[in-house]
Amino acid sequence: MRKVAVIGAGMTRFVRRALETPKELSWEAARMALESCELTMDDIDAVCFGTAPDAFDGVHMNGEYASDGAGGWRKPFMRSYVGGGTGIFVPIQGWYHVASGMFDVVLVVAEEKMSSYYPHAQAAFLTIFDHTTERPLGPNLLWIFALEMNRYMSTYGLKKEDIARVAVLHKRNAAAHPCALLGDANITVEDVLNSEVLAWPVQRLDVSPVSDGAVAIVLAAEHVAKRLTDKPVWIEGVGWHLDTAYWTNRDLVYPRYVEYAARMAYEMAGIKEPRKEIHIAEPYDPFDYKALHHLEGLQLAPRGRAIELYLDGTAERDGDLPICPSGGLLGVGNPIAAAGLMKIAELFWQLRGEAGERQVPGNPRRGVAQAWGDLMQVGTVVVMGR
Amino acid sequence: MTVRFKQFPGVSLSEEDFRQGKVLYQMDELKAEYAWDSGIAIGAYLAGLKRGVILGVRCSHCRKVVVPPRTVCEWCFRPMEEYVELPDTGTVNTFSLCYITWDMRRISEPEIPAVIHLDGTSELGPSSVIMGGILHKLGEVDPKEVHIGMRVQAVWKPAAERTGAITDILYFKPIR
Repeated sequence: MRKVAVIGAGMTRFVRRALETPKELSWEAARMALESCELTMDDIDAVCFGTAPDAFDGVHMNGEYASDGAGGWRKPFMRSYVGGGTGIFVPIQGWYHVASGMFDVVLVVAEEKMSSYYPHAQAAFLTIFDHTTERPLGPNLLWIFALEMNRYMSTYGLKKEDIARVAVLHKRNAAAHPCALLGDANITVEDVLNSEVLAWPVQRLDVSPVSDGAVAIVLAAEHVAKRLTDKPVWIEGVGWHLDTAYWTNRDLVYPRYVEYAARMAYEMAGIKEPRKEIHIAEPYDPFDYKALHHLEGLQLAPRGRAIELYLDGTAERDGDLPICPSGGLLGVGNPIAAAGLMKIAELFWQLRGEAGERQVPGNPRRGVAQAWGDLMQVGTVVVMGR
Repeated sequence: MTVRFKQFPGVSLSEEDFRQGKVLYQMDELKAEYAWDSGIAIGAYLAGLKRGVILGVRCSHCRKVVVPPRTVCEWCFRPMEEYVELPDTGTVNTFSLCYITWDMRRISEPEIPAVIHLDGTSELGPSSVIMGGILHKLGEVDPKEVHIGMRVQAVWKPAAERTGAITDILYFKPIR
């Protein structure tokens, strides 16, 4: 397999409702990614595109519909969709396009426009429940997360006021992100605990917002990357893994799908002790407890103890293991596929020392980004280093 | 961010922009109707519910008993054909008190969805698998008293009203 580097990245602002269409958002992010590494569309051999369910857009084959904005015309083009895991899977797809020797330079674009769906994008997900054994019960999407959060909290005796620290840190981090929707430098644990109860234990500020936005990166084979930049950021390991489709047969206390995906990525990257060898973590954080869940799956904390990283300051931007220095989905926003790729873009900027106000000190060398999705059972993981 | 980028694209709209007619848009409603065949395994499950029985299924190879029934064992990829009548009792694995509907409308009395770990299914020790887990709701209980580990039993519709659906079980209630 050939070495593959990220050499450019771009993104739109994440907003509650964008004027731009999916094509237009894709174009803005793609143009910016190309500009950042001084390439044009003529230099791109193939395009990988990620967007989540067609149901958001009400457009059949939405990836292909939006492909012109992503530069897909007259190129080998492939859309991938693994639900919420898409944003980390689409760069994996780009990686094997290049690592295999098929292509030298690949543009990877992820876009989501959730706001078109009425009355609320949450309902576009209702078909993840089994049509015969679950949907007649009248479920809503939050049920799964509330059930999982309660199982996780209760098993380990975690307190709501501790878990709220995750939302607070990520939203504060996002205050320094120019594209963030919900950055707030002054948010407190009380704000989270006083927010509306939606499906206990899930409250309004435990959840990331519905958003629109797009992100793009450029991947290049080693011989090209070294010609184009003196600061390539290598994709050192990738992993993905699927758990059972019967979600009520999974004990929701632990994300095995993340563990197996992480082990695959770490083995490829030669990482034996992730807690020591990873310097920045961008776990998937659509809910505050979910960041903790995923940190445990990523083997960055023992089971039930990820919260300690937040309580003792380890997770802060200047801590020993900064977590979601971008601001994550809770702070920057959660346009599904774009949100995952935002984490890859963040690692790219952080590892190059270009993250501006958000820069993690101490010249971090290696980071991990992860997402979760499908029927709440896929883990997707990318390890990047310089 | 690379220093070259000071401005990021993306124009944010507000509800006000729509009210004032500043944005043009197209509204549409998609029509989609389906009739899902229940298939072999879920067909047996639904027929069981109609008779007031919860059916699990046993793997001919690894002997695991799981619910809902399926025709293939996920662990050994061998057929699952031996249906097993399970008791209609179980343990609350997890639950929520839900104050919103699917379309984000507020409700004052919470619904109580739960994963119920049915009795008589296989245990896998301290792993992350519960083969007897199903989604249902709890009833006849004060929301404040619901807890993980609570023992519950199915409350069935009267036999004449059952249609062979998951809703033939109205809800699960605490065993006192």
